[in-house]
Amino acid sequence: MTDQAITTRTIIGLEIHVQLRTATKMFCGCPLKFDAPPNTCVCPVCLGHPGALPVINRQALAYSMLTGLALSCDIARHTKWDRKSYYYPDMPKNYQISQYDLPLCEHGHFEISVEGDTRRIRIKRAHLEEDAGKNLHDVPGCTLVDLNRAGTPLLEIVTEPDLTSAEEAFVFCTELQRLVTYLGVSEGSMQKGHMRFEPNVNVAIDVGGTEYRTPIVEIKNLNSFKSVRGAIAFESQRQTAAWQEDHDYVLGKVPNENRGWNDDRGVTEFQRPKEAAHDYRYFPDPDLVPVDVTDEMLAGVTARLPELPIARRARFMSEFGLSPKDTEIIVGHRGTADLFENAVKCGAPVDILGKQFVNVWLKLANDRNVPVTDLSVDAERMARLASMVADGSVSATAANRIAEAMLDRRDPPDLLADELGLVQVQDTGAMEAWVSEAFAANEQAVRDALTNPKKAKASAGFLRGKVMRISGGKADPKLVGQLIEKRLSELRE
Amino acid sequence: MIASATDIAKAVRTKECSAKEVAAQCLARIESTDGNTHAFLRISGEKAIERARQVDEAIARGEDPGPLAGVPIAVKDNICTVGGTTTCGSKILEKFESRYDAHVAQRLQAAGAVIVGKTNLDEFGMGSSTENTATATTCNPWNASRVAGGSSGGSAAAVAARMVPAAIGSDTGGSIRQPASFCSVVGLKGTYGRVSRYGLVAYGSSLDQIGPLAVEARDVALLMGVIAGHDRRDSTSVDAEVPDYVAGLDDPLDGLRIGISEEYLGEGLDEEVRGCVMAAIENLKTRGASVVPIHLPHMNYAIACYYVIVTAEASSNLARFDGVHYGHRTPEPKDMIDMYASSRGEGFGAEVKRRIMLGTYALSSGYYDAYYLKALKVRTLIRRDFEEAFQSVDAIASPVAPTPAFTIGEKTEDPLAMYLSDIYTISANLAGICAISVPCGFSGAGLPIGLQLMGPAFGEGKLLSVAHQYQQATDHHEQVPPASSTD
Ligand SMILES: [Zn+2]
Repeated sequence: MTDQAITTRTIIGLEIHVQLRTATKMFCGCPLKFDAPPNTCVCPVCLGHPGALPVINRQALAYSMLTGLALSCDIARHTKWDRKSYYYPDMPKNYQISQYDLPLCEHGHFEISVEGDTRRIRIKRAHLEEDAGKNLHDVPGCTLVDLNRAGTPLLEIVTEPDLTSAEEAFVFCTELQRLVTYLGVSEGSMQKGHMRFEPNVNVAIDVGGTEYRTPIVEIKNLNSFKSVRGAIAFESQRQTAAWQEDHDYVLGKVPNENRGWNDDRGVTEFQRPKEAAHDYRYFPDPDLVPVDVTDEMLAGVTARLPELPIARRARFMSEFGLSPKDTEIIVGHRGTADLFENAVKCGAPVDILGKQFVNVWLKLANDRNVPVTDLSVDAERMARLASMVADGSVSATAANRIAEAMLDRRDPPDLLADELGLVQVQDTGAMEAWVSEAFAANEQAVRDALTNPKKAKASAGFLRGKVMRISGGKADPKLVGQLIEKRLSELRE
Repeated sequence: MIASATDIAKAVRTKECSAKEVAAQCLARIESTDGNTHAFLRISGEKAIERARQVDEAIARGEDPGPLAGVPIAVKDNICTVGGTTTCGSKILEKFESRYDAHVAQRLQAAGAVIVGKTNLDEFGMGSSTENTATATTCNPWNASRVAGGSSGGSAAAVAARMVPAAIGSDTGGSIRQPASFCSVVGLKGTYGRVSRYGLVAYGSSLDQIGPLAVEARDVALLMGVIAGHDRRDSTSVDAEVPDYVAGLDDPLDGLRIGISEEYLGEGLDEEVRGCVMAAIENLKTRGASVVPIHLPHMNYAIACYYVIVTAEASSNLARFDGVHYGHRTPEPKDMIDMYASSRGEGFGAEVKRRIMLGTYALSSGYYDAYYLKALKVRTLIRRDFEEAFQSVDAIASPVAPTPAFTIGEKTEDPLAMYLSDIYTISANLAGICAISVPCGFSGAGLPIGLQLMGPAFGEGKLLSVAHQYQQATDHHEQVPPASSTD
C-alpha cells in the first residue's frame, strides 16, 4: 500500500505472577505441595465452603515486601484486600481475593543488562493475591476440578510498557526469576509453574514522522522464557504485517484482544476481543482487615534484603578481579556466591580460589548434579586447599585429586594431600634427578627441543609432563619448567 | 415446663437430674409443640441423646462438663454443624452437610451444651419474618396467624414456646432482636467482632453477628460468656477479654444514663409499642437511671445505607453457591453458563435473588461510587453519631420494631414495607455496637412488645445487667404463650 520506508518500535509491558514459597496457602493452613493427589491439600477455607473465613499468611506478606524493596518499590503503609468477582469452576468462591486500589508495592524499577546496555524498566505495582485451582480435562465428556492449587499465594508484578523487544523481555523475565530465587521468596521453577507471564504488546510504526500504533494484544499465560521471547517476536511481526495490509489496523479502530501462544506452531492465536472490559465488581473484602505496615515490620524486612545480583556481580568483578564469565557463574546463585565469599573471608587467595571454584568445585557439583553448597565441603576447607596451591605445597593438578577426596572425607586437605602422597616436592636435588631420568628416556624430544624451532616449545612441555609423571604429581610444575629450561640451555652451550 | 439454662446446668452438674433426662424431655416437648410452630428445620434426637450421655459420663467421672452442662440448645440453620444438614433455609443447600463445626458450635459443646436441632430462618438470613424459607413459615407461638419475626424466627419461637431453654441466632440488621421482640424473649447482638463468625454462613459479612436468645437475660449472659471471645480463624474477631457477664448482672444501675432519641420515636411507630417502651424507661428511672435526650442526625439514612451494603456483600458472599462443588445443581445443564444460571435460578428464592441483583448492581462499575462507596461514607457518619452519643449516655433505649408481630403474608408482596420493620435495629449493625431486645409488655391483642437497649462497643455487660434488673422488676417474660401452656 505504501512505498514509504517505515520504522517500527515494539512496546511491551509485562504482568508476571510469581508463586511464593510459603509453607502454607495464602488464607488457610493447607500445605503447598506440587504433586499431591488431586484435592488432598484442601480445607473448608480454600474449598470456599459456607461459613469458612480467610486469614492472611504473614510470611507471604513479608516475602512480597522483600520483593517490592528489591524492585525499588514504595511499600504501602496501609494496604487492603479486595474481592475480584468472576465465575469459573476452579475458583470455588467465585471471587478471588486480590488487591485492587491499594497494592502493597508501587512505583519501582528493575535494571537489566541487554547486550551490554543497562536498561531501567519501571515497575508499576506488585500486589498479593490467591491462585485458582485447576480444571482437568483428562476424562472425556467432563471437567474435573483440582483445588490443591486454590489459595496459593501469588505476587503479581506489573511493569510499565518500557520493554522494547522480545530479547529485552526475555532478559527481564530471566533476571526476575534470578531475583526472586535470590531473595528466597520463590522457588522460581518453570516446570512447576511458579512463574507465569502475560505480555501486552503493540507496535508503534513511524512513516515519515507520522506515528501509528497497532491495537494492544495481551498474550495469556506463558510459562517459559522461550515462549515469552517467541510470542512477543511473533506478535511484533504479525501486528506490523497486519498494519501494512490494512492501515485501519490501529489502536482505537480495532479492539484490543487476548491471544494465546501455540508453542508447537510458533504462532499466537486469537482468543477473545477485549472490547467489553470485564466488570470484576471489586470491593473491599469484609472478611479481612486492612494491613497497616508498621515501621518495625518494614525495618525487619529491610534488614533481610540481601545484596542484589546486579550489585554483587559488579562488586565481585572489581573486588575479586573475576572475569565477567566466572562472575556470572558464581553470582548466579545466592548460596554459591555466599560460599565463594566465605571462602575468601577464610583467607583463600582470590585468584586461585576463582579458578578452583569454577574448574574444580562447580565441576564436581555439576558432575554429581547437586548445588555446590551441597558438596559437604565448607568455605574453610575450600580456602585451605586454595592456600595450599598458593604456597606451593600442592600443585594445581594435585589439588583436583585432593578436592575429590574431600568430598568423601571431612579431614583437612593437608592430611588428605599427605595420605595421597601429593605434597609437592620442593627439594631441587630430587627434582634434578627426575629431570635427568626424563631426558635420558626421551632423547628425541630433547633433540627437538634443542634443534627444531617449530617443536621446541611443545617438546619442552612434553618433557615437563614426563617429569611430573615420574614424580607422581609431587613435583612443583613451575619449578620443573624452570629446571628443564636450565638444563636445555646448558646443553645448548 | 422446661427450666432455665442456668437451672438445668446447675441441676445436671449437681446430679439432681441427668443430661439425658433433660434432653429426652426437651425432645419430647419439641415433638409435641413444634407441629404448629415450625421452629425447627431439623431435630437431631439421636445425636442429642448421645451427646447428653457423654455429659453424664463426664460428670460420673468427676469431671465438670462446663457451664452449660446438659443444656439443650437450638441453633439457627445458617450456622455450620457436623452431622446432618446446614441448609440456611434454602433449596440450594437442601442437602448440604458441613465438614466442620462453627466456632460457636464448638464452644457450646465444649461447655457441655447439647445441640438438639437446627432452627428455621429466612433464606440465608434475608428477611424479617421467617416467611422467605424453602420449607414452612415459622408461626408466632403467641398467635399462629402472626409471624415470629426474622430472620432468626425459628430460634426465637423455639425459646418462646419453651421447646428449648436457649437458642443461637444471627443478627445482620436485627435478625435476633426483632424476632425476640415479636416472641417475648431476650435476644442479644454483641459488638461486631465479639463472637467469631467462623462457620456462620455469611450474608452481610461486615454486619453479621451471632448471639444468644433465652427467656431471661441471665441465661443470655450465661451463653454469651461461652460463645464470646477471640478466634484467630475470623480476622474480624476482636482479641479482647470477655468479662464474667453473669457475675455483673446485679451491678447497681445508679447513675445509669439512658439516651432517648426522637429519631427512634417518630412517625410510623405504633402507639401501643411507644406506650410500652416509655413505660419500661419510666421503670428504669425508678431504679436509678436518668434519661438524657440525644440526637442521631443520620438515622434517616440508615435503611438506604444498610440495604446497599448488605446486598452488595450478599451478592458476593452468595456467588459460591453455583452447583459446581456442592449444593443444588440443575439436573441437565446445556453448558457451563446454563449450569450456573439454572442451578442458582432453581436454588434461590425470590428475596435472595432480589438482593443479589440489587447488590450486583450497586457494585457494578460506574455505580460503585454512587452507591457502595457513598453507603460506606454514610455508615461512617452513623457510627460517629453513636460514638458521639455514647459520650453522654451509657445506653440508648428504643423500640425494637415499629409494630408488634404482623400477620403472615401481610408484607410478603411489599419488600419495602418488610425492610422498614428493621428500621430501629439496623443502625446497631452499621455502627458495629451491641444491642439487646427485652420483653416489655403486650399489645391489646396480646402480642409481645420489646424494648431495645443499645450500648457502646463491648458494652454487653451493662446491657445485660440493665435487662436482667428490669426483668427482676417485671413479669412480662414470665408470661407463657398459649401454644405452650397446654403442656
Ligand atoms: Zn485450605
